[in-house]
Amino acid sequence: MAENHQPAPAGNWVAAVALAWIIPGGGHLLLKRPARGGLLAASVAAMFLLGLMMRGALFQPQSGDLLTMVIYCGGFIGNLMSGILYFLTVWLGYAQPDVAGHVHDYGTKFLVGAGLLNILAMVDAYEIATGRKD
Amino acid sequence: MPKVSLSHFEASIIFALLTSVVLGIVTKRNDRERMRYAVYCLVCFLGAIFGLSWLMYLGHG
Repeated sequence: MAENHQPAPAGNWVAAVALAWIIPGGGHLLLKRPARGGLLAASVAAMFLLGLMMRGALFQPQSGDLLTMVIYCGGFIGNLMSGILYFLTVWLGYAQPDVAGHVHDYGTKFLVGAGLLNILAMVDAYEIATGRKD
Repeated sequence: MPKVSLSHFEASIIFALLTSVVLGIVTKRNDRERMRYAVYCLVCFLGAIFGLSWLMYLGHG
């Protein structure tokens, strides 16, 4: 997995982070780290697709008591962080209603987990773009 | 969209594997350290899965 590390052009971290959000692993590809980008893309996509195939539900922001707001708004942000995977799911009508059942519940957590993994990838892309790591 | 029905154990293992890969990639600075950290995270996840499973089993009576 040896990669040719070239210094990232200064000031392009916004593009790298934005691309890392929209396309998981895309920020790393932009920054010439294809192996890491590919692994991140595969991991995030696998977790998201498994969540969908387990019929997990996507969160919608809800107001109400504090706990409800934290869970539903936090879950929505977690879903949103999956980028194009989330948008395609919604646009193509694969979003499913929240139903009872332990497998659906695992799926819902996988969908949020994919977004959280992509946040880590975005932070990594930011650190690479700003020269804080190779 | 095909339907997948995983057990809690299978879902936990897959979650641990994918999360370990990402944690290994984003936290370390060279490939050797990344590989070692990913394996370390996976072992920790598996230890927690089996440890907590046994704890709940024994605690349940």
